[in-house]
Amino acid sequence: MKKNLLLTIALLALNFSRAQEINIEHTSTFGQKPVPVALSGFTGEGAEVLKFDLTVQGFSFVAPDQAQYLISGTDAGGVSGTLTDKFAKRQLLSRSYNGASLRRQAHAFADDIVQAVQNLKGIGQTKIAFKAQPNSAGAGEIYVADFDGHGAQRITTDGAIVAKPAWVPGRLALYYTSYARGNPDIFYHSLSSGQRRVVAGYSGLNTSAAVSPDGAKVAMVLSKTGSPNIWVCNADGTGLKQITHGDEDSSPTWSPDGNWICFATKHNERRRLAKIPAGGGTVQYLNTAGAPNPTEPDWSPDGKWIAFTSQMGDFNICVMPAAGSGTPTVLVSGQNPSWAPNSRTLIFNRSLGYRQILSVLDVFTKQYKDCARATGSNSQPAWAK
Amino acid sequence: MKMNRIVFPLALALAATLATTGCKRTPIKTTIIPGQYGVVGNPGDNPGTIPSAPPFNPNDQPVDKGGGPLANRDEFEGMIKDPAALAANTIHFAFDSAAIKKSEKDNLVAVASALKSSLNDKLLIEGNCDERGTDEYNRALGERRALAAREALAKLGVSPDRIRTLSNGKDKPADTGHDESAWGKNRNDTFILLHPKAGV
Repeated sequence: MKKNLLLTIALLALNFSRAQEINIEHTSTFGQKPVPVALSGFTGEGAEVLKFDLTVQGFSFVAPDQAQYLISGTDAGGVSGTLTDKFAKRQLLSRSYNGASLRRQAHAFADDIVQAVQNLKGIGQTKIAFKAQPNSAGAGEIYVADFDGHGAQRITTDGAIVAKPAWVPGRLALYYTSYARGNPDIFYHSLSSGQRRVVAGYSGLNTSAAVSPDGAKVAMVLSKTGSPNIWVCNADGTGLKQITHGDEDSSPTWSPDGNWICFATKHNERRRLAKIPAGGGTVQYLNTAGAPNPTEPDWSPDGKWIAFTSQMGDFNICVMPAAGSGTPTVLVSGQNPSWAPNSRTLIFNRSLGYRQILSVLDVFTKQYKDCARATGSNSQPAWAK
Repeated sequence: MKMNRIVFPLALALAATLATTGCKRTPIKTTIIPGQYGVVGNPGDNPGTIPSAPPFNPNDQPVDKGGGPLANRDEFEGMIKDPAALAANTIHFAFDSAAIKKSEKDNLVAVASALKSSLNDKLLIEGNCDERGTDEYNRALGERRALAAREALAKLGVSPDRIRTLSNGKDKPADTGHDESAWGKNRNDTFILLHPKAGV
């Protein structure tokens, strides 16, 4: 009996380490096969949430005989369910959920499934901020919603052009651009208190705020000296410093260690992505061969990837390794990519007719799902991390 | 299915082992989810619903009043916009370009002479883009278009201190169409004459 137990533990450990190894191997490529799961017992909203959350984290829904994992349970009067590994004939999870809403319970179950199968923190209960314009152009407002677009709340009442919300990491607070004062200015807005203030209201352009991973600094685009360039200031707007001096700089994003700022620029008459030490220094150009006219870089929280938009007539979401000489992979049609905390899922906006809708993409399997629409045209999503 | 091929023999072995020890079932656990609001990084931040923003307070001050080469924007505060005066002099740009075309010279001369003939007036230049560019790239491109006209007007003898620039990116199209005719109209600088506020 003791021997059997030891063997079980050894086999489990071996199984685990093999699975880990394979996962690592797979994350270096795109177009992976999703993890096949079968869903039973859930109806309506619970099933919808589970399918959405798991699809955008690398799972696919198949018939039970083709599935590796079985998810069964109910969402009648509350979510409860089990997760079984069909091959190991082992139940990995058995849990019921109480409180909040049925959607939240289903998101929490999806998170537990992701944790059990992939050993990763799920994204089911995370938030996004975005810009919504009733008429596809002109005045809009900033909204906050669940990452799947549900439960959207309008957080500005400016009746003006707004742009580029950015979360303060780990805080219920945003920076964003609003033309409320007749000029593009950057506001800091605490969602807990509802209070806000201007942190960059200089002459000319103040836009594209990006918060450093420790929340202490903000990178942005200002034109106060006569050309749009990247600047960095403290969280409260003090300590302003010009970082770049290029001709056509835009869209700063921070490396997760806070040491670098990646941005879009022009070099030798070609659009390039580049990075520069966050305190200023020498610009290094990134290899974006095969993805022309790159803009809107967004550095993944694990530091491995930079997502961006390439323009080749149409707009395409691309991902490239942040380090080394790897070239970009074109994933799907769309703009404004923003990484989820899990560093494998992206939110972006894509055209549907002449409107923009938000869509959530699992970069490794290229599976994506469209979010619920708030109002009109939705764009510039930012994933809370 | 690569993962399955490798894991499957192990899983079979594991299943065989489990068959002798009996399949372990985890007891049902309950997770209580507090509040209506999702997790934003720190689970301690859980205020229920987000309070809506207070109305805009015009006394919110920027931390700096300009001071760079661009004129202090407070100098333009309260001036009366006259969009009709120079509406005929809107200038247009080539795709993805902030270079002023030679053919726009007459329009710029007309804008310059309007400013020279009325020294109390100032100028707002709004730079605009077509939809064929990403949002924040276009916001910078619109600013570069407005700044290019500011420089051209300076060469024609207008003090740049009388000029304010504003980029709308692709958010304020003159024509909401989606063809070359609309795009051509939307790549522009519009000139808005600013008259002194009443009583000045």
